[in-house]
Amino acid sequence: MNQDKNLSVPVDRRPSLIVIGNGMVGHHCVERLIELGAHHHHAISVFGEERHPAYDRVHLSEYFSGRDAASLALGEAGLYADHGVVLHLGEKVEKIDRTTREVVTLRGRYRFDRLVLATGSYPFVPAIPGSEGDARLVYRTLDDLDMIRAAAANARRGVVVGGGLLGLEAANALKRLGLEAHVVEFAPRLMPVQLDAEGGAALAARIEALGVGVHLSKATEAIVAGENGHRYRMRFADGTALDTDLVVFSAGIRPQDGLARDCGLEIAARGGVVVNDHCASSDPAIYAIGECASWRDRVFGLVAPGYRMARLVAERLAGQPSELFTGADMSTKLKLLGVDVGSIGDAHGASPGARSYRFVDERSASYRRLVVSEDGKRVLGAVLVGDNSFYDTLLQYVANAIAAPLAPEALILPAGEGAPALGIDALPDSATICSCHNVSKGTIRAAVDQGCLDLASLKRETRASTGCGGCSALLKQAFEAELAARGMAVDASLCEHFSHTRQALFDLVRLEGIEDFDTLMRRHGNGGLGCDICKPAVASILASNWNRPILDPALAPLQDTNDAFMANMQKDGTYSVVPRIAGGEITPDKLIVLGEVAKKYDLYTKITGGQRIDMFGAELHQLPSIWAELIAAGFETGHAYGKSTRTVKSCVGSSWCRYGVQDSVAMALRLEHRYKGLRSPHKLKFAVSGCTRECAEAQSKDIGVIATERGWNLYVCGNGGMRPRHAELFATDLDDETLVRYIDRLLMFYVRTADRLQRTSVWRENLDGGLDYLKSVVIDDCLGVCAELERQMALVVERYECEWANALSDPEKLKRFRTFVNQTQGDPGLRYVRERGQRRPARADEIPSVVSEESA
Amino acid sequence: MTLDRSEKALDAESAGQWRRLCSIDELVPGAGVTAWCRGEQIALFLLLAGSERNVYALANGDPFSGANVIGRGIVGDIAAQPVVASPLYKQHFRLADGRCIESPEIALRTWPVRLRDGWVEIDMDS
Ligand code: SRM
Ligand SMILES: Cc1cc2nc3c(=O)[nH]c(=O)nc-3n(C[C@H](O)[C@H](O)[C@H](O)COP(=O)(O)OP(=O)(O)OC[C@H]3O[C@@H](n4cnc5c(N)ncnc54)[C@H](O)[C@@H]3O)c2cc1C
Ligand code: SF4
Ligand code: FES
Repeated sequence: MNQDKNLSVPVDRRPSLIVIGNGMVGHHCVERLIELGAHHHHAISVFGEERHPAYDRVHLSEYFSGRDAASLALGEAGLYADHGVVLHLGEKVEKIDRTTREVVTLRGRYRFDRLVLATGSYPFVPAIPGSEGDARLVYRTLDDLDMIRAAAANARRGVVVGGGLLGLEAANALKRLGLEAHVVEFAPRLMPVQLDAEGGAALAARIEALGVGVHLSKATEAIVAGENGHRYRMRFADGTALDTDLVVFSAGIRPQDGLARDCGLEIAARGGVVVNDHCASSDPAIYAIGECASWRDRVFGLVAPGYRMARLVAERLAGQPSELFTGADMSTKLKLLGVDVGSIGDAHGASPGARSYRFVDERSASYRRLVVSEDGKRVLGAVLVGDNSFYDTLLQYVANAIAAPLAPEALILPAGEGAPALGIDALPDSATICSCHNVSKGTIRAAVDQGCLDLASLKRETRASTGCGGCSALLKQAFEAELAARGMAVDASLCEHFSHTRQALFDLVRLEGIEDFDTLMRRHGNGGLGCDICKPAVASILASNWNRPILDPALAPLQDTNDAFMANMQKDGTYSVVPRIAGGEITPDKLIVLGEVAKKYDLYTKITGGQRIDMFGAELHQLPSIWAELIAAGFETGHAYGKSTRTVKSCVGSSWCRYGVQDSVAMALRLEHRYKGLRSPHKLKFAVSGCTRECAEAQSKDIGVIATERGWNLYVCGNGGMRPRHAELFATDLDDETLVRYIDRLLMFYVRTADRLQRTSVWRENLDGGLDYLKSVVIDDCLGVCAELERQMALVVERYECEWANALSDPEKLKRFRTFVNQTQGDPGLRYVRERGQRRPARADEIPSVVSEESA
Repeated sequence: MTLDRSEKALDAESAGQWRRLCSIDELVPGAGVTAWCRGEQIALFLLLAGSERNVYALANGDPFSGANVIGRGIVGDIAAQPVVASPLYKQHFRLADGRCIESPEIALRTWPVRLRDGWVEIDMDS
């Protein structure tokens, strides 16, 4: 706008720093540069070929289980812009011109003084005739996953070429997408890099048991047109073939070193930009970090070493003292298709003189191998298949060179044999707790000293456990040990009346058989009347344990607003009435009754978001007669008022729908009738879909069930509402009985351990050990509580009784349903207007006219 | 309105403007009910402390929602002061003087109460 010709454009005289690649490592480098203030002295620009800003590739697969690009994004939005870092997304660097010191894209040339290559790697796809389109998919970026999803939409079977870590992860993803999944591996075993022959065999057995086809020692020669209704056929060198509808290649990764190669930087024999201990390339102005770098002929395909490189380069660029890169531990732990796999240190026993202990359990297809030094004094490595509970301890032995126990084999023997758990106290201050962010035990101690007194702030401050997440259990231990060492405890009191958590109160009620509030207050409370926090919480705990009618005299005064009158209070103090319509299925006769009752009492009527019918505007004294009429017609309470089971949404399923593979309505009815009346820390919503089209939206529910050809897939801990969360796949192809058993256990475990007003989604997110832990409790019974959880659920189910029917049969209870104790009239303060043929509460600005209308 | 609310103390007061609302059996220990008197809606709460019965009478109208619902709130105590929580938006009112804990500039009307011959009586004109 300024016309003044003398004003010259300010020239940015700061040295220009360009980062090529906005992946995990490139992003980490930028974050660290900003942290160190390097953006004040450098003009920083970042080029990323992908459309998305840096995201968490490690958790890429969660894109198929509910997370979207935004939730996978790394770092705070606006971080770059706020610090003047220019991000060029969707702009690929085509060329580096080292003579002019410029990078070249299709949009322009950009000068650099310092350059950081963080271009990662690309999936290697072997040249196979006929491999194109949906027979040539890869698994690396969000866009790749979109393509796989699109290809899967019309597919029944999918094949992954490559039985390594990522290949199995891709097979898992195909399974999640509802396909029959197969893995084709060139080597004679799965995960050839990490596992030895026995470990590979144990893993293959486990994975085949899950219904994933495993084809070993297969070299794909060609892909041709498919038969038997499949799109493609893979022809193998041994003469066999496999039909499929799509093929995903996961046959290894290659460093993305083309730019460096073309501009004459030194490239390692097996690929990758050669870097020294400072991560500088053969041109000292150019660094390479992450998967594109080759250090002493090694390329690191994990995020932790990449992060370490990113940090030390950032430090150098910011002119700070920086460490040297000294290589990295390639230990990994993961859960593939629900099977634990772990590989630590020298897993193959390649060190001179190394000896091994092996433990094999063929029944459960578990395998463990422990590699120790020749003198037996050091643990060098380990392989785990089937049970990763040994991982953390073993990793600490290896990483911190802790002296092995006298009988090292105890480290891999089944629990109960006295495997010596390695307490956090045994670790030195220098022990790494989080390898992604290089956080040591000493750093955690310092952070607690500086006032991080809860886990969230500790994570924010140290960044521990914000990478791959593998260290979360260890971090929590370390944190709690630090608190304990300071004599501190986290205050988790329910309210001023109880210095216990909800979970502790729940256990006290159950163990001591307490059935009323006063006894609990006397024995475990701080005295007083209680309040609107502890009373409803205790009412819910008592109901979950004993399931007595909630209006029994000792219980009634504890109930929350809506429970107290078994109806939902509306803004004007009237109530809504929601009878149960299990599964959303209703006969015409019952529909007519609802219409008649609503008409008789002039109730505003609406279909709810939960597949049932809500009738609004009943006064307190009208509730009993309304319910008497509904119950006479065969209805029962819908618990719309309770922190309890709400609805089980269903789709019509195989009884009518041409795609349905199971009777989803029947299953919805079974679940709704089983869990109705279960009171819980918060409300519970379920849904059952009859096929993968998912018309019942089960993946947004606390408990979601989706029919498969072979049974049911169970999804858990989803949430709609304010903070939507997709439910996670918990178990697949369950028969009816197993499905119900798992739900029994999971719900009762939630009821016992959640905080008050904590939905399953939040509970699950706060659960240490996450979904894996939940599975081990519910499926593997690692706590040995499943029988009791089932018993407790059986009691609740057995004691079910419609609360409204119970209240109607008891004149004492009915006394509470009076608008006035000394008058039969209703509340004269209520004002209504009619709109679209029904009544609704008048708004404040409508009231004068209503009044004058009445008085006219 | 600082009354000693034990039954004895209430009984000792003189019967001037006292009006009978309902039988004492209509009250629910640890909770509220609502009565009607001369166009007013009155929320009545009964608290038991040992052998003592303390009764409180507050206006039933909730100033925050405009709805007549106070008698249906949960009774409890905050820092040893008996309170009722409005069932709609959960503000707390002290039973003793109707004062709102969250917004002390607001208070519900209260009336003196007494128990006599099995009846709950309030002084409407006070
Ligand atoms: C009636 C209904 C809206 C409608 O007209 O469709 C409704 C009405 C209310 N919802 Fe809802 N919700 C209704 C379906 C839903 C759904 C959809 C569903 O169930 O499929 C959701 C999102 C799904 C979910 O919960 O995950 C939903 C998420 C909420 C939330 C947010 C919960 C969360 O975890 O974020 C609240 C607030 C809360 O519970 O704390 C809420 C709270 C409420 C309350 C109880 C608010 C209140 O305290 O007054 C409303 C009173 C209900 C009443 O008077 O009957 N309602 N509410 C629906 C009753 C369904 C039923 O048949 O029981
Ligand atoms: C499915 C999956 C699961 C994984 N699980 C784990 C795990 O559990 N643990 C673990 O440690 N690691 C895991 N990894 C590996 C981990 O994701 C990588 O180690 C990490 O992402 C490497 O980071 P990077 O920045 O080097 O490369 P990337 O994250 O690949 O980033 C490189 C970026 O550079 C961009 N780029 C390349 N060339 C150019 C160019 N010329 N111009 C502009 N931009 C360019 C690319 O588009 C890309 O966005 C997993 C990987 C995948 C795919
Ligand atoms: S979305 Fe809000 S307004 Fe609508 S029913 Fe649910 S709680 Fe009430
Ligand atoms: S080890 Fe990966 S987040 Fe800590």
